[in-house]
Amino acid sequence: MILLSPLAALGRAALGFLAMVGRLSIYFGQTVSHMVRPPFYGREFLVALGNIGWLSLPVVGLTAVFTGGALALQIYAGGSRFDVQAVVPQIVALGVVRELGPVMVGLMIAARVTSSIAAEIATMKVTEQIDALVTLSTHPMKYLTVPRVLAALITVPLLVGIGDILGIMGGYAVSVHSLGFNPGTYLKNTIEFIEPLDIVSSLAKGAAFGVIATLMGCYHGMNSGRGAQGVGRATKSSVEAAAVLTLAANFLLTGIFFTA
Amino acid sequence: MIKLEQVEKSFGSNAVLRGVDLEIPRGTSMVIIGGSGTGKSVLLKCVLGLVTPDSGRILVDGKEAAKADQDAFLARFGMLFQGAALFDSLPVWQNVSFRLLRGALKRPRAEAKEIAIEKLRRVGLTPDVAERLPAELSGGMQKRVGLARAIAADPEIIFFDEPTTGLDPIMAGVINDLIREIVTEMGATAMTITHDMSSVRAIADNVAMLHGGKIRWTGPVAQLDSSGDPYVQQFITGSPDGPIEAVR
Repeated sequence: MILLSPLAALGRAALGFLAMVGRLSIYFGQTVSHMVRPPFYGREFLVALGNIGWLSLPVVGLTAVFTGGALALQIYAGGSRFDVQAVVPQIVALGVVRELGPVMVGLMIAARVTSSIAAEIATMKVTEQIDALVTLSTHPMKYLTVPRVLAALITVPLLVGIGDILGIMGGYAVSVHSLGFNPGTYLKNTIEFIEPLDIVSSLAKGAAFGVIATLMGCYHGMNSGRGAQGVGRATKSSVEAAAVLTLAANFLLTGIFFTA
Repeated sequence: MIKLEQVEKSFGSNAVLRGVDLEIPRGTSMVIIGGSGTGKSVLLKCVLGLVTPDSGRILVDGKEAAKADQDAFLARFGMLFQGAALFDSLPVWQNVSFRLLRGALKRPRAEAKEIAIEKLRRVGLTPDVAERLPAELSGGMQKRVGLARAIAADPEIIFFDEPTTGLDPIMAGVINDLIREIVTEMGATAMTITHDMSSVRAIADNVAMLHGGKIRWTGPVAQLDSSGDPYVQQFITGSPDGPIEAVR
């Protein structure tokens, strides 16, 4: 029996994981279903646009600039070992647009937006505000989840686009001011090297990461346990899930876009 | 009329409701008393559809609640939650007129605000409260706003969940009087759950005692003191000695 207990634990974990995947899939399906059926809450959607998009700009912008700058330094240092430091503009552009831009924005959104959504909705649940919504003939999923997911679907790709530009500019600033690159040549090499598919993949990843981030926040908030501990656990779980799923989705999407 | 027939609800192995039978005639005020953790809130949430009973039937005016169109069904109800459950992100007037700003009962924004201010005045709050956020109000004021929200759409049925919990005796008395006045004035059917005996005497036409997952006693409030039921007697006198275990 003792020998079997690790197997049993593994089985329980696998079943728990599959149950979680099932619950998330149902929640996603319900969200999509409510998205296409009235009533629509325009005011809540506009508020979500501001909270998720506009208010995330500073953190996304700073993250992108520093990441682009650090990437330029790394590529220059690594490239100089093989005397190929001239490829800094191309590699920075490719690295930022294809991978680092969307992933960093996705993770920043997971940290900033997912945690805030989960904590807010979990608190609403604990203080019976979700029940109050129901008694006021308002479907919580329509009122809380749909506007946020829709807002993220629109704003996170825009944030990724802005993050890509700022990341490249971070690399440009470091390369031109510290590494001695010619400004015109740097920009020319960057623009010529990026292909339309790179940009499409970047924005598509942004959309997927935005949906993941908001969906995780709403799901864990709605399913929060009782009290302060329940709110804390929901917030922590939502950020963990959003971060892991963002990275997993990034791997899948990279495979779809660049190896097919 | 609200009628509950053999309503049962368990959470895991914890059987909270074990066959509740109860009738609340139209236009009367029923107060359900019982110790903490006896399932009073669960019973109320079962009627509203917030919790699904495992078995039994809940009828409102002869129609089964579980089979009713949820929006139309809930449009008949107003509810005051224990902690008021006001929406933090909305100013007070939007909390009060929440139902009037969206859905089937939607009114123009200016009209909804006017109604909200009128309802706030009805519960003793001045119009300047309307623009404040719930977090800026005291507990008593939040309860009043919750009460204003409960009556904003002139519901036929109003539920009050522990309306005086956390309030000082004077504010509790004010809330009790307001509930009684509003219920009488609107002719609404009311169901209140509480373990505050001053609320019971101020609000109730009829009283039901929930104990052990069942209605232990029910009758007019005037007969409460002479019920002859040892459980009711122990509860209303607050004695630690009696059939209800003090340690639960």
